[in-house]
Amino acid sequence: MTTTTEAARAAGLVAPRARATTARPRGLSLALRALGPIALLAAWQVSSATGALTPDVLASPGQVLQAVKELWGNGQLADALSTSLTRAALGLLFGAGTGLVLGVVTGFFRLGEELLDSAVQVLRTVPFLALVPLFMVWFGITETAKIALIGVATSFPMYVSASGGVRNTDRKLVEAMRSFGLSRWAVVREVVLPGALPALLSGLRLSMTLSVIALIAAEEINSTEGIGYLMAQAQNFSRTDVLAVCILIYGLLGLAADGAVRVLERVLMPWRPVTGRQVAGR
Amino acid sequence: MSTPATTAPATTAPAVHLRGLRRVFGTRAVLDGIDLDIARGEFLALLGASGTGKTTLLRILGALDRADQGTVLVPPSRTVVFQEPRLIPSKRVLGNVTVGLPRGAATRETGRRALAEVGLADHADAWPGTLSGGEAQRAALARALVREPELLLLDEPFAALDALTRLRMQDLVGELCRKHRPAVLLVTHDVDEAIRLADRVAVLRDGALVRDETVTVERPRDAADPEFAALRRRLLADLGVHRDSAPQHVN
Repeated sequence: MTTTTEAARAAGLVAPRARATTARPRGLSLALRALGPIALLAAWQVSSATGALTPDVLASPGQVLQAVKELWGNGQLADALSTSLTRAALGLLFGAGTGLVLGVVTGFFRLGEELLDSAVQVLRTVPFLALVPLFMVWFGITETAKIALIGVATSFPMYVSASGGVRNTDRKLVEAMRSFGLSRWAVVREVVLPGALPALLSGLRLSMTLSVIALIAAEEINSTEGIGYLMAQAQNFSRTDVLAVCILIYGLLGLAADGAVRVLERVLMPWRPVTGRQVAGR
Repeated sequence: MSTPATTAPATTAPAVHLRGLRRVFGTRAVLDGIDLDIARGEFLALLGASGTGKTTLLRILGALDRADQGTVLVPPSRTVVFQEPRLIPSKRVLGNVTVGLPRGAATRETGRRALAEVGLADHADAWPGTLSGGEAQRAALARALVREPELLLLDEPFAALDALTRLRMQDLVGELCRKHRPAVLLVTHDVDEAIRLADRVAVLRDGALVRDETVTVERPRDAADPEFAALRRRLLADLGVHRDSAPQHVN
């Protein structure tokens, strides 16, 4: 059977058009990522330069840079950063840890779900900001109050993500591992946690964001050091440049948290195929 | 050159036209200069050991993969049945069959007819998760046929089924293909399945078609037919399986 290509075309055949899946070069991908923040910065600079944004509303990028130099030079910024980061990290550690343990227990064990879940769901609906006065009464103006507040705020997203992720574990895999004599704890360690990692990491992302928010809430009230204290001071003296520095730092903290989770995703889940690769084999 | 191509001879009206198709993965040419034509309504079975590129060829025809070189021409309407059913778990069976088609009573009716053809009329409102492997694969077949394709691409659609279900599915596919007459490319590694169903069998090895012959065994095809056995021996030899005498080998 011989058909000419022309005849085949004339018979209404078409070339199949496969969707191109060529990977973007790494440099270009990074440039595209940087585009959004750079555009924001440019808009800020332009509106400051044209006078649309007066210094009493928001300082210009140049003034803010000046403020960074000043604060860094007298050591205020370094002190505030280390204090705040320690609080956020400790709170996150306790909060996310508690959320993780509770989430795994309720996700994996039916008894755990029956005993714990409704109680946690009730507590979850309490806005953590409402706890600020209570914690002040309980712990006074101490580090404990601040860390506890961050802990409470960060535990719930982790709990929800962890229990959901664990609940989606492949039951057949669990059954198979039981048949090989793995204990319950070993099943959790070998199958459940690795399987729930995507959910756990998205929980961690939410928790990290909330830890910064809770940090602000904790530091704005009755604080003597930290970035929130720096902000409260700046507010009293109408230093919009310092305020902008603090806001930028909070933003950068969020960006760093996101980057950290991305790295964790790559390091902790080497078995996951890079997105955009071919679906099946040959 | 000057002959008008508009009236191709009826016998060779093509559904698939490949010339010099090449596909390279890394440094290995999985498909290296394939020439192949499939006529309208023709059933071609493509055999090959694992990793010989037969699924790649099918994916190129289905626009799921690209060719590195060569001419590839296919009809505008093509559908694929994959090795796994690939049904959307959140849609009922009927919804899966008619997915992507314009909504409406007429579509639902054609969907139901297609389900009846594959013997799943009673399962139209079931969730895919409740179907057995064979039922899910039949739903996938209904989904492919309801679009009335000119080219039906079957990527080892029976491989994951148990032996009995597989035989029944093969009969069903053969019957439905005779009824609807799409051009069919069946990718498989099961020689008996290829001989039983196909009008023509081809063997892919080292990036090239080492055999392309019309199956002359009379239908209904019986493995006990000496011609059947001879063809099977030839095909197995092409695939690198050598047997002195061909025993009744059932997959």
